[in-house]
Amino acid sequence: MTAQPTSPQFKDNARHALDDAQLQKALGNVRQNFIDRRAAVAAKLPEFEGLRDSARDIKNHTLKNLDLYLERYEENVTKAGGQVHWARTAEEARQAVLDICARVGAKTVTKGKSMISEEIALNDAIEAAGMKAVETDLGEYIIQLRHEAPSHIIAPAVHLNASQIESDFRKHHTHLDPARDLSQPTQLLTEARMILREKFLAADVGITGANFLIAETGTSIIVTNEGNGDLTQTLPKVHIVIASIEKVVPTLEDASQILRVLARSATGQEMSVYTTFSTGPRRPTDVDGPEEYHVVLLDNGRSAMLGTEFEEMLRCIRCGACMNHCPVYHAVGGHAYGWVYPGPMGAVLTPTLIGVDKGGHLPNASTFCGRCESVCPVRIPLPKLMRHWREREFERHLSPATVRWGIGFWAFFAKRPALYRLATGVAMRGLAWLGKSTGRFKSLPLAAGWTDHRDFPAPQGATFQQQWKARRKGRSA
Amino acid sequence: MTARADILSNIRRSLGVTGRERPRVSAVEDRIETAPRGLVVERGRLPHDERVALFKEQAEAALATVVEVETRADVPAAVAAYLRDNNLPARIRRGDDPRLDAMPWGDTALEIAAGKSDGKDLAGVNHAFAGVAETGTLVMTSGHENPTTLNFLPDYAIAVVDAKDVTGDYEDMWAKLRFAHGKGEMPRTVNWITGPSRSADIEQKMLLGAHGPRSLHIVLVKG
Repeated sequence: MTAQPTSPQFKDNARHALDDAQLQKALGNVRQNFIDRRAAVAAKLPEFEGLRDSARDIKNHTLKNLDLYLERYEENVTKAGGQVHWARTAEEARQAVLDICARVGAKTVTKGKSMISEEIALNDAIEAAGMKAVETDLGEYIIQLRHEAPSHIIAPAVHLNASQIESDFRKHHTHLDPARDLSQPTQLLTEARMILREKFLAADVGITGANFLIAETGTSIIVTNEGNGDLTQTLPKVHIVIASIEKVVPTLEDASQILRVLARSATGQEMSVYTTFSTGPRRPTDVDGPEEYHVVLLDNGRSAMLGTEFEEMLRCIRCGACMNHCPVYHAVGGHAYGWVYPGPMGAVLTPTLIGVDKGGHLPNASTFCGRCESVCPVRIPLPKLMRHWREREFERHLSPATVRWGIGFWAFFAKRPALYRLATGVAMRGLAWLGKSTGRFKSLPLAAGWTDHRDFPAPQGATFQQQWKARRKGRSA
Repeated sequence: MTARADILSNIRRSLGVTGRERPRVSAVEDRIETAPRGLVVERGRLPHDERVALFKEQAEAALATVVEVETRADVPAAVAAYLRDNNLPARIRRGDDPRLDAMPWGDTALEIAAGKSDGKDLAGVNHAFAGVAETGTLVMTSGHENPTTLNFLPDYAIAVVDAKDVTGDYEDMWAKLRFAHGKGEMPRTVNWITGPSRSADIEQKMLLGAHGPRSLHIVLVKG
């Protein structure tokens, strides 16, 4: 069992999201900030496009040799005094974490931000086992108070406004003066810092994710701006890394190449504030650092993606650029997608991890504008992969009857070009005549999905093919 | 079958390989052995003085503050001046890095605590292993010489870096680290630090001092 999806209700989720004024206001922050920052910082580095190629090639090479790099990685973790725990499923990964926590008698577990933790619903398991799990990334901490899932893979609380966070803090931090001023975002930050500082110092086990694993040295890497991941992994007796198998790269140099495109694509920074390379537990002469170092390596369906058309998705480095640039994400936010991974990368990954029967709506929630692919730092052809899902869905007869009927109807004409030209020619002239007074339609039969929200522009009278032909003639003359 | 064996055999089945193919095995061994640098970023490939100037400029762009001093002997006075300018008590904590030990701390009125941070220190001083010019990044290595907690717990993190240890890019820095520690050997933690702690989790507005230091001050030693 992984986190419970609401992806099958995508259409309802999306409708609610569109009507949610708070959410729509918050989503304005995504549209404004991420796109301009990424563009500015990419333009400052002449090698940026070349580094994207390099990042893609490193990931492809690693995936083709994943078995060998994982073996080498494990060997080097062990050599450094750490331990690797292999987990086929979310259940096995949770159990591995719980076993370690139980063995050391943990009461409190602090957590750095990890999408794998969300994927395996780790917090619920920790709480069910009688321990306290504390998220320490500011955004994750906020949504944990609200019992919500992250709505963005790098900005988990991007769906919220400051006033909502203020009321959550007042509701949960009841030991503090009710009359305190929290009207400024800095006051919210300071309060969270003070509360979480105590948690960091009291924790028995710290759990982080990993942005990369390095085969050469047995190292795990985390990238943060807050420093919460470092306090999570440095202060407790035990550090547990949870990571999926495709996170491995061959060498320190390979990780450095990809790090150059990660922060730039994600937050539009030249480099994130803290990039931390961890290798094994504390050494005999160290004065700080964890006494135990564990890595839980999760498969959860990824090994089966290798060798298929979805193998390219395993290059993903979870930067979030695809959702930052996605018009559908901008409109509905992350929660509408209904599972752990939203946006274009989620639309491809979710059906592979929870099944196309549950996640099939997501690859359909795309305008195929291609912006996601154009900004992906590892050049994943996201629209192509979404199209693969649509084909599979159609083949398995999972698409709704109206869609299947509509495609069949169109195909009938498309296979008969003369009839197609005739029918579209008549339709265009007809619509042009009907709409000639206003130039647009307020409603049209069979097109309510469009006209309920905006007018449909009236055609000019000629079909695309007719216009194309006319233009070609004009050019050759 | 164990989970390990199962996962590896699933990967091999999907890839259509056995794991014993000579060309694959040697390609992987070669890659790890030679650690190719990949695409070179020109920005940091500069002569010493310009490289150090770029490091300073990039660190400041990441909102660190930088002060340059002529020699190591000038560091304690620079640290004392920084604390005074920020109205902080004349107190620091540091590890026992020999380069720090050799500095004339006794010439200042600074009170010095030793070892790792307990979370109550306002200011900590660590000596950096290196700096990287391309992004103004400090490279700190763990150990009793420079405890990792001092990079994260104090409100004011102060880092000393020698100009001669500023490399142009990350790859030159790794070469330097391998020379110091041996190929394939890593300190428990290598921290790349680019500016002070921050968060944009509230309405995407950047605020400094999330969980780590609110300020990062770099003392750059020229000589």
